[in-house]
Amino acid sequence: MKNDSFLVAVKDLVKYFPVHAGVMRRKVADIRAVEKVSFGIRPGETLGLVGESGCGKTTVGRCVLRLYDVTEGKVYFNGEDITPLEGGQLRHVRRDMQLIFQDPYASLDPRMSVGDIIGEPLVVHHLVRRKDFKEHVEELMRMVELEPRMAPRYPHEFSGGQRQRIGIARALATRPKFIVCDEAVSALDVSIQAQIVKLLTELKKDLGLTYLFIAHDLSVVRYISDRVAVMYLGKIVEITDSDELYNNPVHPYTQALLSAVPIPSPEVDRQRTRIILTGDVPSPLFPPAGCRFHTRCPVAEAICRESEPELKDVGKEHWAACHLL
Amino acid sequence: MLEVRDLRTYFYVREGELRAVDGLRYTVSKGEFVALVGESACGKSVSALSIMRLIPYPPGIIVGGEIIFEGKDLLKLSEEEMRSIRGNRIAMVFQEPMTSLNPVLTVGRQIVESMELHRGLDRRTALEEAVKLLKQVGIPAPERRVNDYPYQFSGGMQQRIMVAMALSCSPALLLADEPTTSVDVTVQAQLMELINNLRTEFGTAVVLITHNLGLVARFADHVNVMYAGRLVESGPTDVIYGQPRHPYTGGLIASVPRLDLPRDRSIHVVPGLPPDLCRLPRNVCAFAARCGFAVKRCTEERPELEQVGSEHYVACFRHDEMGTLLEYDT
Repeated sequence: MKNDSFLVAVKDLVKYFPVHAGVMRRKVADIRAVEKVSFGIRPGETLGLVGESGCGKTTVGRCVLRLYDVTEGKVYFNGEDITPLEGGQLRHVRRDMQLIFQDPYASLDPRMSVGDIIGEPLVVHHLVRRKDFKEHVEELMRMVELEPRMAPRYPHEFSGGQRQRIGIARALATRPKFIVCDEAVSALDVSIQAQIVKLLTELKKDLGLTYLFIAHDLSVVRYISDRVAVMYLGKIVEITDSDELYNNPVHPYTQALLSAVPIPSPEVDRQRTRIILTGDVPSPLFPPAGCRFHTRCPVAEAICRESEPELKDVGKEHWAACHLL
Repeated sequence: MLEVRDLRTYFYVREGELRAVDGLRYTVSKGEFVALVGESACGKSVSALSIMRLIPYPPGIIVGGEIIFEGKDLLKLSEEEMRSIRGNRIAMVFQEPMTSLNPVLTVGRQIVESMELHRGLDRRTALEEAVKLLKQVGIPAPERRVNDYPYQFSGGMQQRIMVAMALSCSPALLLADEPTTSVDVTVQAQLMELINNLRTEFGTAVVLITHNLGLVARFADHVNVMYAGRLVESGPTDVIYGQPRHPYTGGLIASVPRLDLPRDRSIHVVPGLPPDLCRLPRNVCAFAARCGFAVKRCTEERPELEQVGSEHYVACFRHDEMGTLLEYDT
């Protein structure tokens, strides 16, 4: 994988969270949240990252932003290895990469006015002069279709969809190149979700942004992403162009995941075959040996219990990790 | 079997009178799968809690209407009579299993409670039944797990336990309030199949309260669409998805990205926000402010439900033209 054609890339990313127990708080085990994940995102591209809870998708997003220290592997931004950066150097890079959170209720400081929340990054990064501050905040608010006169109000006066707009405006303040959207539309109502999805798509076009779009809703991910990576228990099991993934999924997990999503059209939905998986996702404390999906896989064979499959190219830049391909 | 007539449940809060449910009516027949669809705060959960007579008072109160269930008006029953129906003839599955299960009792103890109460079983027989139920809802090693506490189960497993509990007295009606919102898609598929199988097996009628239009399309026979405490459209599932006649229904369906359609198809955006129920004027169409087709009349009168087809009802002044007006989405 050449790193210079990508705006963002990770190579063999590993992230373990230690588990401590006992009186001495000794380390007893690791939660293996992310295990050898590699991908790249080209400038102007949106990469979708889907998977069920606990699959490590959020951890990947936070490692990319260096909000977590990675256990192993490398993170590249603009061709530069940002894994060893610290302090001022890291802060400098972070101006170009921002995060939009899932929960617009928990991620905004209730004691700050909306204008101050949106403008805080401008102050932190010394981007504007005091006298231009108000004007900049108002411009940001207009970009996300919030009325600038609402700037003196506090977050509790806003609805969920409006709060998500505040979060987006704040993320845009530093004029970033890259934004990680972590379940950015998941907590919203259907009609509001459509509004925010549309806003994110328009902003991307107007400002030339690059997104890592993390979500569990496959329909939304497919709509917004150019390419999609599917994660299961800390590993990418399939990654390819968004249309290819939905038209021609090859990994049994991707197939099951797609078939589990009902289509909001009774006629269409009736024609689809459903693959119902049994059981829950195993604990990332003790991931199954061999292929991590074999405990729930409807087509698993002996080899799947023994060795772990690597991602292989099945054509047209379509990669999947399954022994049976 | 269930008939909700002109139900009105209001909450008296600091801001004033909040009409959470304001003149709701719908029916459910035996073994039918009915979906109650709408966005947050449209009154769909409050309407289910009203049927169970579980509205917290104060601030909430059922100010009017009738809820006829198996020939009796639930709103006229004494608290004691109601208790013999709740959990017995009508069961409910809530959205968050973690907050609905008692953390200090084993799941077995919680499942047998209603069987001892309503079916008069002794503890031993009831526990055997509980093991059977857990097995039926797909809990592995139920003999052992029946003695575990809720925290020892994952979210999906807890929701299965809620379903097992709801089915312990073979209810005639199951109210499922967003039963799969807190679980993953593959587990959602398992749970919904489970609820659907029990319906075909025992003839239990299901009212599914949800905002997931995909689930509704997959499972429901009949769809009721709610907006601001009232029904705006009601009809057989195929009709609602194929020929919606209310602009809100049409807009909602078109605003969901779909896996089966080309990716470059633009999604429809319903502009604006749901109304503030305390400030909503009484005699207008509640959706008019967000509606692309609103005319003068919509802000002067409130449209009532009108029959427009077999079992198809719409509350919109322009329902005649809506078929063609909504074409742009589909």
